[in-house]
Amino acid sequence: MRYIKKIYLATIFLFLYAPIGVLIAQSFNASRYRGHWTGVTLDWYTKLFNDERIADALSNTLSIGLLSAGIATILGLITCVAMKEFSRKWRATFMSITNVPILNADIVTGISLMLLFMGLGLKLGYVSILLAHIVFNVPYVILCIMPQLMTLDKSFYEAALDLGASPFKAFASVILPELRPSIFAGFLLAFTMSADDFIITHFTKGAGVDTLTTEIYAELKIGIHPEMYALSTLVFFCVLIFVILFAINRRKLKHIEEAI
Amino acid sequence: MKFKILALLLVSCLAIGIAGCGGGDKKDNVVYVYSWGDYIDPEVLKTFEKETGIHVVLDEFDTNESMYPRVAEGAVHYDVICPSDYMIQKMISNNLLQPLDFNKLPEAKKNIGEDFFKQAESFDPGNKYSVPYCWGTVGIIYDKTKVTDPVDSWNILWNEKYSGQILMQDSARDAMMIPLKLMGKSMNETDKDVLAQAQAMLKAQKPLVQAYVVDEVKEKLINSEAAMGVVFSGEAPIILKENPNMAFSIPKEGTNLWIDGWVITKDSQNVDNAHKFINFMCRPDIAAQNFEHLGYSTPNIAVRDLVEDEELKNSPIAFPSPEVYSGQETYKYLGNQMDEYYNNLWMQVRVDS
Amino acid sequence: MFNTMTRNVLLTPFLIWAVLFIFVPLICIVWYGVTDYDGNFSLDNMSLIFERGYLAALKLSVELALISTVVCLILAYPLCLILTENRRDNTTIISLLFILPLWMNSLLSTMAWQTILESNGIINQLMRLLDLPTFNMINTQGAIVVGMVYNFLPYMVLPLFISLSKIDKSILEAAQDLGANSWQTFFRVILPLTIPGAVSGITMVFIPALTTFVISALLGGGKLLLIGNIIEQEFTFQYDWHVGCALSVILMIFIVMNMLLTAAFDPLKEEGDG
Repeated sequence: MRYIKKIYLATIFLFLYAPIGVLIAQSFNASRYRGHWTGVTLDWYTKLFNDERIADALSNTLSIGLLSAGIATILGLITCVAMKEFSRKWRATFMSITNVPILNADIVTGISLMLLFMGLGLKLGYVSILLAHIVFNVPYVILCIMPQLMTLDKSFYEAALDLGASPFKAFASVILPELRPSIFAGFLLAFTMSADDFIITHFTKGAGVDTLTTEIYAELKIGIHPEMYALSTLVFFCVLIFVILFAINRRKLKHIEEAI
Repeated sequence: MKFKILALLLVSCLAIGIAGCGGGDKKDNVVYVYSWGDYIDPEVLKTFEKETGIHVVLDEFDTNESMYPRVAEGAVHYDVICPSDYMIQKMISNNLLQPLDFNKLPEAKKNIGEDFFKQAESFDPGNKYSVPYCWGTVGIIYDKTKVTDPVDSWNILWNEKYSGQILMQDSARDAMMIPLKLMGKSMNETDKDVLAQAQAMLKAQKPLVQAYVVDEVKEKLINSEAAMGVVFSGEAPIILKENPNMAFSIPKEGTNLWIDGWVITKDSQNVDNAHKFINFMCRPDIAAQNFEHLGYSTPNIAVRDLVEDEELKNSPIAFPSPEVYSGQETYKYLGNQMDEYYNNLWMQVRVDS
Repeated sequence: MFNTMTRNVLLTPFLIWAVLFIFVPLICIVWYGVTDYDGNFSLDNMSLIFERGYLAALKLSVELALISTVVCLILAYPLCLILTENRRDNTTIISLLFILPLWMNSLLSTMAWQTILESNGIINQLMRLLDLPTFNMINTQGAIVVGMVYNFLPYMVLPLFISLSKIDKSILEAAQDLGANSWQTFFRVILPLTIPGAVSGITMVFIPALTTFVISALLGGGKLLLIGNIIEQEFTFQYDWHVGCALSVILMIFIVMNMLLTAAFDPLKEEGDG
């Protein structure tokens, strides 16, 4: 039984990592063409740093990701605080509204926003992508913050009020620090969702503005430029190293906890 | 718990990210170019930026049909576009283009062959709106080790021996052109009965087809994924170079002689820069550099002498003899309604199962 | 925490936001779906769907999405059982390793499946090395299902994993004390407790699988069109937004059904989760 379990895990593991292995291998392939192996090279890594299109796409991805996650976090936080004060029934109603962009199909969200932007006469470009990303990021932030906000102990906040703090001051100095982990989690989740989104960006993007995902899509047909594989490989290994550090750290923490 | 994991994993993404930030500065001196995928040597663009200080924002499309709505809709403002013949005609008649100022295009007047301007009159009467950039034909590229029959007719694409080994072009006009030519009709046919027959032939062919492709055809044929594929002549030299088993043939029933040309949009906001860009692309040294990168035939008559690659210089595909293209048809714009009719016929072939 | 007035003021930005960016856009889609070029009410777009054979594409999409969902469920359930069985240190690491592939761009990894499954792809080259018969999987429905399962498996694993790890060990011990064997424990205790997680996973896989156009475009060779491909084409090629919107309205019917189903088994109830 134990072997069956191990084999099962290994099979799924292989399934998940096979394409990643292929991509990493391609980043070292001397041929520009996919699946046409002509030798090993590191050229693509050096070319990566001189590639303006990738640099542009990367900086768009990051700035749209950070901005949309930041704005969504602020909007989400305010909304969570407000929703908490409503009755259960109202809260449930609001929550189902906030969830619409998550539950809706990306293609429908993308098209509907494109129609809206065009209807408003907004030029499709950076701003339209940013707005669209905020739209689908807000619900992720709310999903992260709301559970923690609901379980928060009110007594410290009330104590602060009794000591003469204004509600906002009390909120900023008592509630906000408590919520820090979930706000952080919401922000990061929103950032990943933004960085990974293709479909909604595809429909709301304009001339000359590309994120990494739309740049990749544009390259898919003419053949991905191998610099892209190099970039993905680098990102992947950074995340991998981070996971390993995290795991080691965690184990240490556990030992310390146990020792105490 | 899950969010904590996500959170921590995400930090690394951020860390990588911050390093690459700060590239979003606005450039005023720009030209927005919308061209076919992989149709300009990136080095050429760099030279242009260096010489003129004009920043090029390049977007790419894969078919004329996907380019058109983005431009017609007007939500996206391009300055220079590179559509094909019939699409140029469509854009002229739908009032999307502005006449070029040839005083600003001395290199075009000097270097683009007279013959090509003449051929271009079929879609741009008086040569007011476009400057030819690349031209070519459509043919079949095939694997000599797998295809035993002679490849001289479009017929071979219906040969059941090669079931699952055939790559077809995924665009309405190019797909319909093949059965129309096989029937001995014009590729600009508007008789709906004839078109229905052509569609039926494509439907009958579908089980034999491995994939409907656009630019992917290059990669697939280099990897010997298929025994034959319909390609634009310009793709052929590159495929032949990477995969020596391949050969190129233009079927005897006739083919499409196409010309892609530079045009400037009606609502271009950088008209001057757009002219500078087009003029630059017509300079012999630039055209030659581009040609060596692409392999597409060029209407620039000054190029051949400048080509260094001997193989390419003597390639009968890149510099065909006149009998290959004389008398061949060029696509014409058939009106919005007919256009839609073609698109629908093709869509139904693709949906058909 | 705040008085009614403040609370309402705080909610206002979101309400304005929701109306502008959630409701109005959806109304736009419905509007385009039921009008013609001149803006008159018309159901022609809807009937075109039947005339043009798009129904076949819808049927194919539903079939492939269902198959992918079932495959994901079958693969994910044992996986999550194994992962949650022993809560030792290395389970965390193993779980992390299963999330890690998400950080590879999904367009690229789907493209990599093309390289793996092609007729001269990696699997077939291995088969040739081993003198085994090769097979043709690229550009078939099977290849699309592989792509869908690869892309959406994490959506199934995550909710299942959470609902399994939430099960209190003492409940399982109680079941065993009461004489239940491991099969009985599984079917009577574990399975019912994970239904909300499974439902959540099913809906989270089904909708993206039903509406994707990227996976089918990359692995279907342009021969197999799903409903998502047709919508995308209507917007990028055909220049017929009305038909595209009509198709989107039909998709929205599926999505609403999906939302109702999710609401009935809401696993992310606000009391729980941490």
